[in-house]
Amino acid sequence: MQPTHAHAASHQSQQSHSHHHIVPFKVNMAVGITLLVLTAVTVWIAQFDFGAMNMIVAMTVATVKAGLVVAYFMHLRYDNRFFFTMLLVCLIALTVFIVFTMIDQKSRTSIYDYEMQEIRKNAKMYEKKGLTAPKDASPAKH
Amino acid sequence: MTTTQALGKVASELQEERNYLNYPKGIWSWLTTVDHKRIGLMYLFSVLLFFFAGGVFALLLRFELIAPGKDIVGPDTYNQLFTLHGAIMVFLFIIPAIPAALGNFILPIMLGAKDVAFPRLNLLSFYVYVFGASFCLYSLVTGGVDTGWTFYTPYSVETNTNVISMTLGVFILGFSSIFTGMNFIVTIHRLRAPGMTWFNMPLFLWGIYATSLIQILATPVLAITLVLLILERVWGIGIFDPAMGGDPVLYQHFFWFYSHPAVYIMILPGMAIISELIATFSHKKIFGYVPIAFSSVAIALVSFIVWGHHMFTSGQSDLASMIFSFLTFLVGIPSGIKVFNWIATMYKGSLTFQAPMLYTHAFLALFTIGGLTGIYLGTLSVDVHLHDTYFVVAHFHYVMMGGTVMAFLGGLHYWWPKMFGKMYNETWATVSAALIFIGFNVTFFPQFIMGAQGMPRRYYTYIDQYQSMHALSTYGTWILGVGFLIMAGYLTVSLINGKKATKNPWLGLTLEWTTASPPPTENFLGNPRQLWGPYDYDKVLMDENGLVIFNPNAPKDDRHAKDENGSATSHKRDGKTTTMKQTV
Repeated sequence: MQPTHAHAASHQSQQSHSHHHIVPFKVNMAVGITLLVLTAVTVWIAQFDFGAMNMIVAMTVATVKAGLVVAYFMHLRYDNRFFFTMLLVCLIALTVFIVFTMIDQKSRTSIYDYEMQEIRKNAKMYEKKGLTAPKDASPAKH
Repeated sequence: MTTTQALGKVASELQEERNYLNYPKGIWSWLTTVDHKRIGLMYLFSVLLFFFAGGVFALLLRFELIAPGKDIVGPDTYNQLFTLHGAIMVFLFIIPAIPAALGNFILPIMLGAKDVAFPRLNLLSFYVYVFGASFCLYSLVTGGVDTGWTFYTPYSVETNTNVISMTLGVFILGFSSIFTGMNFIVTIHRLRAPGMTWFNMPLFLWGIYATSLIQILATPVLAITLVLLILERVWGIGIFDPAMGGDPVLYQHFFWFYSHPAVYIMILPGMAIISELIATFSHKKIFGYVPIAFSSVAIALVSFIVWGHHMFTSGQSDLASMIFSFLTFLVGIPSGIKVFNWIATMYKGSLTFQAPMLYTHAFLALFTIGGLTGIYLGTLSVDVHLHDTYFVVAHFHYVMMGGTVMAFLGGLHYWWPKMFGKMYNETWATVSAALIFIGFNVTFFPQFIMGAQGMPRRYYTYIDQYQSMHALSTYGTWILGVGFLIMAGYLTVSLINGKKATKNPWLGLTLEWTTASPPPTENFLGNPRQLWGPYDYDKVLMDENGLVIFNPNAPKDDRHAKDENGSATSHKRDGKTTTMKQTV
């Protein structure tokens, strides 16, 4: 009963207000179940070690989930293309931020190796905060 | 008297009785207004108040630096003075000054609209600004902040001054900025008068549009940064703490990803104003409309990929520094396009040198110096020497104050008659403009020299070698102070008994000059149409009272004119001119 009701409502509203779109109940359910399945996938996949790909695999699943939420639950699929463009612009801005920051973080050793080493064991900052230095921290000298 | 004239007289008398300033009446009607002009004025007075506060801090800290060692305040108070000067000037004055104050007032009128697209959101943005400002004031009166306006970690996490309330204030102010930007983008998209196409808009609107884009895209990152800083301070989450595997340079990435675009939030509206002033006071069609319009958007886009040039010496990797240094040079292209187009606009124009044009010239000279020294600083090898010296201080004051503030003052003088319906004393305005220009250079030029000689910024005291430069710089602030006092004087006098302003005192052609000064509550009597381009000085003349004369021999389209005559505009054409009365 619920789905047909939603359909009727969607038709009515489309007549009176052409921009408003109601997503059919079936679609919402399907997306919801997919999201649950993908959550299970996230948990299941965490048992395997892909090495450097760990992050990429986890983020891929998460991105697919976010995409589904944005497209169906947030109605972007049925909305004006303009809003999709705006989302893209924001994603590009985010990409720019992360890529450039990562270029910095991943290339600190390009000239001096010590720039990526853990900070030496007897550094003042550990005492000050009552922390112990990480095990691999060496008494670095530059 | 013809019927039209009679009708015109009745209309103008009606306007004299009722305008947005005196109708509706009462303080409550101001506090709850959704009229963009009133909100603009409330913003204007707020930002001027903070400009005054920031200016007083500047005078105090410059006075402290007149000689080495203690003169009037101790080192801790000095640290708070420069922090408050920076934070107030950046977040409370210069970011909202042009878009929120002048832009709010003039943008809908320029578009021929009755108001912005979301008038209530506009009022909300003002109150959010007041709310954020009160947090900043709270941190000021309860002990101040001494981190510098950048709130760099790790110091901002460790200092026991009011970092949290200050950053919370800035966080809230960000929302005000986002609301204004969103409102302006929608307004420009949806509320242009009939006849106003994208490439028929005054260039001010292009500049504000580009600014709004940055405000929407970059400001949320500032909010994230400040929230992370507060979390770090309160719970020590360790994201910026190397002892816990964090990275203090990451804070700088976060901060400058907003704050470098924010620098263009400050300068783009200034450039937008200059495009208007230079065309109006050259009485000539702007040279290179499309390049100026797109260079604003280009600056907005490039601003997002150059932030790393603030971090050349802070432990950023050399590869990243090289990339950022290269990208920084790209900023020079759109900025250069603008400056050269403005100069080309003045070429063979009929220049008049009223106060707004004086500020325009100040802008051109000072912004060029500021921009070129930016190229020095963007050069990786040179920056290693100049970083964190007074050279940087001089550079950004030449851009921010010599650029944006000069443009703001030019815009304020330009639209003052439209805002209040009163003229100011032109002689005093000239004197004040001259004093400000001279005072500015005396203050900041010595800072280039001592910066190049190695004087670090933010230092409380210094070796004797720099004494003469510091003293000179302090004398400059006094000249500046006198200039601003004179300005405050003659502007106040103009409000009380200034000469009544005409509709179009500067003989401009944009839509705001076709309505009364001050405008009626809904900006225009009737619905305006754009009948000519905003800079069609070769085709249209509008006199002081809004009477419009069309040049019948004017080229219909520039491209045709070019084909026939080989030049885009031809002023010296023979033939009669006909007069048409417009009811715009």
